[in-house]
Amino acid sequence: MDLQTTIYLVVGASFALYIGIAFWARAGSTSEFYVAGGGVGPRLNGMATAADWMSAASFISMAGLISNMGYGGGLFLMGWTGGYVLLALLLAPYLRKFGKFTVPQFIGDRYYSKTASTVAVVCLLTASITYVIGQMTGVGVAFSRFLGVSSETGIYVGMGIVFVYAVLGGMKGITYTQVAQYVVLIFAYTIPAIFISMSLTGNPIPQLGLGSNLVGQDISLLQKLDTIVVELGFGQYTTTTAGSTLNMFVYTLSLMIGTAGLPHVIMRFFTVPTVAAARSSAGWALVFIAILYTTAPAVAGMAKYNLLSTVNTAVATNGDLYAAESSLEVAKKPDWMARWEKTGLLKFEDKNGDGRIQYYNDKTKDQVVIDKATAAGWKGNELTVNADIIVLANPEIALLPNWVIALVAAGGLAAALSTAAGLLLAISSAISHDLVKGVFNPNISEKGELMAGKVAMAVSIVVAGYLGLNPPGFAAGTVALAFGIAASSLFPAIMMGIFSKKMNKEGAIAGMLAGLSITLFYVFAHKGIFFIKGTDFLPLIGGPNPFFGITPEAFGAVGALVNFIVAFVVDKFTKEPPEHIQHLVESVRTPRGSKAVDGAHA
Amino acid sequence: MDKSGEAYWKATLGLLTKILVVWFVVSFGAGILFADMLNGIHLGGYPLGFWFAHQGSMYIFVALIFIYAKKMGDIDRKFDVHED
Repeated sequence: MDLQTTIYLVVGASFALYIGIAFWARAGSTSEFYVAGGGVGPRLNGMATAADWMSAASFISMAGLISNMGYGGGLFLMGWTGGYVLLALLLAPYLRKFGKFTVPQFIGDRYYSKTASTVAVVCLLTASITYVIGQMTGVGVAFSRFLGVSSETGIYVGMGIVFVYAVLGGMKGITYTQVAQYVVLIFAYTIPAIFISMSLTGNPIPQLGLGSNLVGQDISLLQKLDTIVVELGFGQYTTTTAGSTLNMFVYTLSLMIGTAGLPHVIMRFFTVPTVAAARSSAGWALVFIAILYTTAPAVAGMAKYNLLSTVNTAVATNGDLYAAESSLEVAKKPDWMARWEKTGLLKFEDKNGDGRIQYYNDKTKDQVVIDKATAAGWKGNELTVNADIIVLANPEIALLPNWVIALVAAGGLAAALSTAAGLLLAISSAISHDLVKGVFNPNISEKGELMAGKVAMAVSIVVAGYLGLNPPGFAAGTVALAFGIAASSLFPAIMMGIFSKKMNKEGAIAGMLAGLSITLFYVFAHKGIFFIKGTDFLPLIGGPNPFFGITPEAFGAVGALVNFIVAFVVDKFTKEPPEHIQHLVESVRTPRGSKAVDGAHA
Repeated sequence: MDKSGEAYWKATLGLLTKILVVWFVVSFGAGILFADMLNGIHLGGYPLGFWFAHQGSMYIFVALIFIYAKKMGDIDRKFDVHED
């Protein structure tokens, strides 16, 4: 069977599975629509959370980013997993005890204020909508690369699939499809990694392979990688940081706080039956996430080695990297290179006209490298590799059978669809529960609210699809913004709501607005107001990264700090919260008396 | 909050502090601030600082959450505020 047919079959089968689940798990009540009926076990919820959390970016792009960044890429690994410790310790069990359908409802009730919940809804919508655009474009990209259809067709098909199970099943349908999607994506990710680790190091476990010696050589993979990349003018793989150490520190912290504050992840913990289950479920979620996240750095390092040794034959033979015959002849380049060249993700230009491919860092300041390159007649780097290729082309680089390539296609789609569905639920429940029921029509019937939820979901899907088709030119900046907003506005507000009995509504609202504004200000200064090109105002704030060299992606933690400080200062000068709110906080802190999650507004 | 409620919350905060200290030390400490220093030590083919950033901290995070869930359950029972 040819590759294209195999891909269609595998992807088609996975879609049939999701739709089958959708019909089996239809939602008949608001409780099923918002929290899957509240009876999902901790392990199952952990698995669904893992799929909810791991997006197209985790699946497709992360290993490639790490491959390019080396050690500094660890900030994604630590940041996106360490957030679960914060979520488990500081938020999830208490919000589960509070026992309501949505995050803004907690903020509204705890701060006895419709204004507070509306600010929370705005933060939630901004974070989730920017995030969902990335997922929709991810669906389009995965389709166009693997199925040979246009990216637009891909987005329409993706919208259709999500529509079926999210509108019919709400959280219930999404939970069970996410479990299926997790299984698909984790096999798709680990199987190629196992094969590659086996062939490079003889150890089938990638996590151990990365720390092993190369097959037939007396040198460890990482040590060899360090030697080669340095000789070619790149930064040493195991030590190069992301910017300064301070920037890496703050960036990691921002991702952690942002992860813990993302509403679509927090919501998943409303589906478990007890407070104790919410605690252990966070652990299970991280187990399932860590299976992929500890494999990713192995994929990154090994793919880097594979790429270098493909382009430069002296890598494997320990020969002279700069010898003329070491560089790969254009005529002999492998099929996968030709295949990915067509997509534009891989570019080659024979700058010195020798019919061979030279891959090195031509911007290096290392004089030894510059001299060697000049002596060898190299006239600049000739190969550009998009980070996404590292995962997408992995099975082909390792010469794996067609079904593995098909599985990777299905896995990429599963990752994007599962995250999109989770985000869409966060968006639609904020609209139907917090706005329609909470603000505009408090007397709406259960049936009416369920219908409102489904309509909001359908509209959200269309809007997300539209934005995916016409990305507002800021697709790349979106994920950073979502984390920045979650970190600087939602996380501190929720945390203070639990850990400070005396925090009042004035403090919380001022804190959220301050954290949000300063983060948006810093991001927009670099990337343009609402990411519109040409509206950036860097000179006004003194050039790029003016705040201790911290990049805009890393700024969320600073925003969170501002939020905390402003909230406590305002709190000092305003009235303390009423007695019954302080009792509410006490009851949220103890597990006894937890009940099924419901939607009644206080 | 009554006396036992206050004691319960104090015990909870004590546990959270201990776990967050470990959380901080393995990621921000071993994985970032002291990574260079630790890289002098090797764990198989892994320089140790690099290992903490790319592998170790994640394993420890998982363990921390389960330890937290277990110990928190113990505290709940000790102060008789557990569910059921």
